[in-house]
Amino acid sequence: MRIVLLTLFALWGAALAQGQITITYWQYDFRSKVEAVNELIKKFEAANPGIKVQHQTFPFDAYQQKVASSIPAGQGPDVVNLFYGWLPTWVKAGYLQPMPAEYTKVLDSEFSSLAQAAKVGGKLYGMPTAVRSLALFYNRDLLNAAGFKTPPKTWDEFLSMAAKLTVKDGNKFTQLGYAMAPDGQDHHLVREVLIRQFGGRPYSDDGRKVLYDNAAGLKAFTFYTDWLKKYNVGTLGNQFFPGNNAYRDAFIAGKVGMIIDGSFAIGTIRNGAKFNWGVAELPIEKAGARKVNYGSFWMHGLTPLATGPKLAASLKFLEFLVSEETQRYWLEKVGELPARKSLIKDPKLTLDKVYGPFVISLSYAKATPFVDEIGQRKVMTDAINRVLLENKDPAESWRSAAAEEQKLLDNFWK
Amino acid sequence: MRPPEPAQRRVSLATREALWAFAFLAIPLAFFLFIRIWPAFQALWLSLFDWHADPSKRPFVGLEHYEQMLSDRLLLKALQNTLAYTLLGVPLQLLLGLGIALLLNAVTRFRDVFRAIYFAPYVTPAAAIAWVFSWMLSPNFGIVNEILSVFGIPPQPFLTKPSQALATVTLIVVWQNLGFQVVLFLAGLQNIPRDYYEAARIDGASNWQLFRHITFPLLNPVMVFSAVIGTIGFLQLFTQVVNLNFTDQGGPLGSTLTLALYIYQVAFARFELGYAAAITVLLFVIILSITLVQLRLLSRRVEY
Repeated sequence: MRIVLLTLFALWGAALAQGQITITYWQYDFRSKVEAVNELIKKFEAANPGIKVQHQTFPFDAYQQKVASSIPAGQGPDVVNLFYGWLPTWVKAGYLQPMPAEYTKVLDSEFSSLAQAAKVGGKLYGMPTAVRSLALFYNRDLLNAAGFKTPPKTWDEFLSMAAKLTVKDGNKFTQLGYAMAPDGQDHHLVREVLIRQFGGRPYSDDGRKVLYDNAAGLKAFTFYTDWLKKYNVGTLGNQFFPGNNAYRDAFIAGKVGMIIDGSFAIGTIRNGAKFNWGVAELPIEKAGARKVNYGSFWMHGLTPLATGPKLAASLKFLEFLVSEETQRYWLEKVGELPARKSLIKDPKLTLDKVYGPFVISLSYAKATPFVDEIGQRKVMTDAINRVLLENKDPAESWRSAAAEEQKLLDNFWK
Repeated sequence: MRPPEPAQRRVSLATREALWAFAFLAIPLAFFLFIRIWPAFQALWLSLFDWHADPSKRPFVGLEHYEQMLSDRLLLKALQNTLAYTLLGVPLQLLLGLGIALLLNAVTRFRDVFRAIYFAPYVTPAAAIAWVFSWMLSPNFGIVNEILSVFGIPPQPFLTKPSQALATVTLIVVWQNLGFQVVLFLAGLQNIPRDYYEAARIDGASNWQLFRHITFPLLNPVMVFSAVIGTIGFLQLFTQVVNLNFTDQGGPLGSTLTLALYIYQVAFARFELGYAAAITVLLFVIILSITLVQLRLLSRRVEY
């Protein structure tokens, strides 16, 4: 017993002498990300002998619950990974502390403009390692078989290809031209891409006012719902194929001509698809028309638990996580696009067949300012579903969606 | 020389046994009080505050969250759905459970095999069941629609159409719970003494009369237990709903949203833990009152 105690004291003394500090990093459980961070921690600890990083992960659907219950108990992470869309909610509930002022300058000058969404009320609450955007994935084999040599550039081309690729047997679909997924990425497509392409704006600059309840907004919305009602692109992904992320699974199964998905889907599709596939920038209204895209990111923030010497150590680790070196490694290991401007400009990336369209899209991508990510997603998904599943009038459905979302925003900012 | 130990000697064996029993009972009691009852009161307390991670920054808002409920459209939807799940699911579950138990009770061969088959879904993880059902119910590639098409019925969207989704989820849950119901009723049936039936048969009673006057009344305790447990289960429905439509939980168009799922979303997606606690209190009151009413109505002493 005495020996154990003595040893413990000796270790404690040694730790004190070295200024040994342990900080905790949390993220959700996604294999390639977990492996990457484990490697990164080894590198970081080797370079910073005084700091130990504990890495903990949780299943995605339990992640926010864990954070919500642990931090008030003083048990949670010092550095935490979160989706940018959760940020305002987390800040309001007190789960994040602002970054020291000098980081704002770094973010403003060196990071993709998307990363501005890491600020709430002018204060910076974290930084991303990687960013993502949307693009059109297409099944080259199916397109070629139908006589198309290149992916669509305009929505007209997109619709005629989709119609031709849709195959029905009796009253069942056996192949879709496009797998619609309102609760997948299509709600972003309507909100951030189509509305802007048709000359509108989804929100005011401060993100507090819904601006899509007008002619441009309605045109964008009706255009999207007409894909199913008028243009015969097929049906909803989840009516066609079973499971979660049905649209993507159906595409991987080789039964769908085109889907719109994020760069985060590259790995899954690359591993699963047993055919020739390609990626193209999102179609536009007509040649020379405005290009728009939806960008998003996961960021690293500091919780209120990082105080005193732990704060300095946590900042050091966060800096390391968003460093150029890490971002390069992240692209190779996880396949997500770097958040730093300097790396995005790298021609090796912009000319890449798969990454290229996503990287180019980043330069004109915008991120939705969510205050209640699930709630706002539901508003858009429901607006679409009311028309597609219940045959409601698009104008009426769109108007009530705008009112509902405005209520969510008002409720948050009141 | 050791001093005498008078105090211990005088305690009788019976008292000592009782003391030991109390000592052991105290452990589960403490567990129950601190793990179950105490958090319930904390939820009540929490529902009077706006949430913040730092306890010193939680403003007292009184009954504001309860007022907020009155104009919460989604909460109303969740309440309606939860009620519909319960009203559809519980009677169906009882009827099917009783029916299958009666059939199983009538056979003497392979009874255990059947019972095992019916019980298997009950011990299968809900997420796995959700996955399998979403395949079987798929409009284009599902076996269920394949079978329907034999009878000339067009493919049904089941889980993806608001008008069908709630009923479909209810059926899946009932199917999953059925084994448990069957086992309960089977145990109840086997507790009824054979002589009652023999005596009634000698008096010339028909099968229906046997069921109506012997089986049914004597199954009453099982019935009450099943109904109460079933109701609580449906009122707290969560896992199946979450997994059957993972990307639009409670959808499409809120048609499968339950109170428990809504509480989860308010608490852990909106981080409004105060409001979530208030809805928890509401759910608690609903479950308590329905259970009390059920116990009164169903467990009336039956004359026979």
